[in-house]
Amino acid sequence: MDYSEKVMDHFANPRNCRMMEDANGVGTVGNPTCGDLMTIYIKVNEDEVIEDISFQTFGCGAAIATSSMITEIAVGKTLEEALKISRNDVAEELDGLPPIKMHCSNLAADGLQAAIENYYENNQ
Amino acid sequence: MYLDNSATTQVSEEVFKEMEPYFIEEYGNPSTLYGIGRESKKALTLARERVAKAINAKPDEIIFTSGGSESDNLAIKGIAFKLSKKGKHIITTNIEHPAVKNTLGFLESLDFKVTYLPVNEEGIISVEELKEAITDETILITIMHANNELGTIQPIEEIGKIAREKGIKFHTDAVQSFGKIEVDVEKLNVDLLSLSSHKINGPKGVGALYIKKGTRVVPLIHGGGQEKGIRSGTENVPGIVGFGKACELAAERLDEHYEKLSSIRDELIDKVLTTIPESYLNGSKETRLPNLVNFRFKAIEGESLILLLDAKGYQASTGSACSSNTLEASPVLTALGLDPVDVHGSLRISLAPESDAFDVDEFVNTIAEAVGRLRQMSPLWNQELDYDGVMCKKDHDDCRRC
Repeated sequence: MDYSEKVMDHFANPRNCRMMEDANGVGTVGNPTCGDLMTIYIKVNEDEVIEDISFQTFGCGAAIATSSMITEIAVGKTLEEALKISRNDVAEELDGLPPIKMHCSNLAADGLQAAIENYYENNQ
Repeated sequence: MYLDNSATTQVSEEVFKEMEPYFIEEYGNPSTLYGIGRESKKALTLARERVAKAINAKPDEIIFTSGGSESDNLAIKGIAFKLSKKGKHIITTNIEHPAVKNTLGFLESLDFKVTYLPVNEEGIISVEELKEAITDETILITIMHANNELGTIQPIEEIGKIAREKGIKFHTDAVQSFGKIEVDVEKLNVDLLSLSSHKINGPKGVGALYIKKGTRVVPLIHGGGQEKGIRSGTENVPGIVGFGKACELAAERLDEHYEKLSSIRDELIDKVLTTIPESYLNGSKETRLPNLVNFRFKAIEGESLILLLDAKGYQASTGSACSSNTLEASPVLTALGLDPVDVHGSLRISLAPESDAFDVDEFVNTIAEAVGRLRQMSPLWNQELDYDGVMCKKDHDDCRRC
């Protein structure tokens, strides 16, 4: 698989890979039957800023790297800003993904959205 | 350390030396009558004898091809087209190599009917079910000798007996088994048998089909009538010479290699299963090739494991999704009845006889470390995660292929 150096770096040294006990938003996307499952944890403060973000992922190199990357992109952003992060943004930040991975493994943006939706549900 | 010898092997020095003269000095066309052509013809004859001897066949029963895939195509289409007036039913298994599976799929589009026999959890078919599948219309049985992902071995001898009693042609793909275990066309009761050179330290792009005397096939490639008109095209002389040498060496060293490889294999299986929690062997423990093992590890995905092992200097492969150009989960592992989630966590290791420097303990520790690390990252490990109903937010039609 032709992965960029950035993908390999995020795969080999994933950022913020841990479970978060005190998260106030949690989103899980993917389907392990397809080979990818991702959980994103966020801790959102009173100003609706993502103060902390982490992930746990079952999946290929691309799935792990995109999870790691989105934690770096999203931290410190307001929920409104974070909701605008797209799959393409994540792939671009990683200097691209192999075409076959763009669809199935590039789930991180969806994971973050699911976590944010979960936060809204919990805090309405 | 290269641990993917079921994918391909290194050409051995002896094979390479044997081939060398046939590129620049002895470049003649074997169909010509003058000296240089006669030299090539002689080389072909010797190679044919060597291949034949390695599988206990006669030289005129060997047709050289471009490799295992062509041999499979020639055997299956060749018999199907030859015998289509007699019947249009073919029996196979649901774990065949794509060269067989997709050839049969093509024949189905031409109104042939194919029965795909299931395998048990060990990856082996039931001979009883085979008997029941035979009809008056059955013209061909094609069942692989050893599986390329699992290494498990089918009861070819017994199947061959049944086929012969019923007067049905029987083909086996012996690409993975040849050079690893005994492949004797007489004992196996086969009419057609596929071989490949690059799996046994020979060059790529060459293989052979054994066609038992008296068995007729329709050619795939028409032309100048080489290979008794069954496979036209000027012969790949250097490749065939190398293949012949590789066959000779493989046959000579079969017992020695078997012993050496199977002892490393058994040590590897034992150590992996005892060291790594929730690790399993895919396929039968006993009925398998000496050089191939396939493990699965709970809650991790195979490609990630391959990448971590590669970073530590071990090249292995996975039959699972994401490892290759297709994202489909391995149909072979799925056929074992495994949970689709577990299919993704598989690792195939195929050893070479020259793996002298292979330190099993060190390798197992490396796997254990990598598996442990991926499990730390995995939401499926040690968590009561209810993922039913969790679906990716993507078009499910696209998703289905993975």
